[in-house]
Amino acid sequence: MSGVEQPRRTIIGASSAPALPRHIKLRHDAARDRWMILAPERVFTPDAVAIAVLKLCDGARTVDQIAGELAQAYNAPEETILGDIIAMLQGLADKGVVVV
Amino acid sequence: MSVQAPTRAAATESCARAPVGLLAELTHRCPLQCPYCSNPLALERAAGELPTEAWLDVLAQAADLGILQLHLSGGEPTVRRDLEDIVAQAAKVGLYSNLITSAVTLTRERLERLAARGLDHVQISIQDADAINADRIARYQDGHGKKLEVAGWVRALGMPLTINAPIHRQNVASLPAIIELATSLGAQRLEVAHVQYYGWALQNRQALMPTRAQVLASAELVEAARERLKGILVIDFVVPDYYARRPKPCMGGWGRGIMNVTPSGKVLPCHAAETITGLVFDNVRERRLRDIWLASDAFQAFRGTAWMREPCRSCDLREVDWGGCRCQAFAFAGAAAEADPACDKSSLHAAFTRVAETEAATPATAFVYRKPGGSAPARGTIGAD
Repeated sequence: MSGVEQPRRTIIGASSAPALPRHIKLRHDAARDRWMILAPERVFTPDAVAIAVLKLCDGARTVDQIAGELAQAYNAPEETILGDIIAMLQGLADKGVVVV
Repeated sequence: MSVQAPTRAAATESCARAPVGLLAELTHRCPLQCPYCSNPLALERAAGELPTEAWLDVLAQAADLGILQLHLSGGEPTVRRDLEDIVAQAAKVGLYSNLITSAVTLTRERLERLAARGLDHVQISIQDADAINADRIARYQDGHGKKLEVAGWVRALGMPLTINAPIHRQNVASLPAIIELATSLGAQRLEVAHVQYYGWALQNRQALMPTRAQVLASAELVEAARERLKGILVIDFVVPDYYARRPKPCMGGWGRGIMNVTPSGKVLPCHAAETITGLVFDNVRERRLRDIWLASDAFQAFRGTAWMREPCRSCDLREVDWGGCRCQAFAFAGAAAEADPACDKSSLHAAFTRVAETEAATPATAFVYRKPGGSAPARGTIGAD
């Protein structure tokens, strides 16, 4: 097992640039007409806001930038959105759905 | 904003009518002989297995039906030489593929080929953290070491890894070491799965049943480890229901989310369903998967709540646990529509619990190892083999 880095908890902050790892699939499911996150032994059904956030998680945008974009799109205060997004992404990171 | 598992989301009509997972038991052949194997006692021979084209068609039908997750299982799925083609088909039709393997037959080259064909996730079983005991339980020399090597390849290829550890009285003391091992292997998930007593495990129940104190201690260990390893290792914990008060929602409810296709093509609502005599199962060689899901006698038999008798029928939890496990009700109460004896509302619950307590309190008998030949296999020995 040499060469395999020991995993550490991912901590999400405003300057993190989150992304979905290769094995996590955000997919529109035609049979149910809804978005699904496919993960090992798990299927999650994100709500509309979570989908909007995850679609911007490209590994380049920071959480700050994502909050800014969504604040404009939803015409909402950026600080509130930032706090909500960090909490949501931390929950997803703890489930292995997003990485930085 | 939230992300929920779909089981907790409000099920729309279309969602309730579409299965989420397909358990594809590609073969019953397996180099290991674990005495708690969930396969039936009458194992399917290679000659009776579905051909490649039939599996490719089943996967296409499954995706069309709305299935999202494909679990490639067995037996040992890697003994099928066409596994690469099956994995490629899963990727092509959009199924999330999970290889459930003992790993002892895998080479690095083959794992690389499977990854290249689109395999999404690998789950490796271990029998213990202690190599000698692990190889004794699986009755396979040097198997444990091989598993660790393959786990390293999985991580080196950048694939997600789950370690599955079936737990019973003969390895429960190793649980801290098992958690440590899964972490050091770089697994993202660990299944600490107390053995469920069906098939070979039911035959070996006395040799496997832990005490109530051991079960409680294992639950506390898992809870502490979850806290300590938050964001590093997700631990799923399956409890043995002999000591439970409420039954498990077996398969998430009969015919609600899962389909199981056996090596010969029979379609079951759960992998143990064939133990319920009187049920007739359709075969993918003769009937479309969608039709089987929606209309077959076996899937309709215990779907929903209309089949229930008391105490289930008037129970507030009937749409929470769906009456528990039909196979366990059949095995213990003699009728699949009776209450699962794991529920303390069942008149048989006290007797059910007493079986576990009595068996756990007496010295373990020798394992009946899993091998072809049905219910009269050679008996193993206790201790080093």
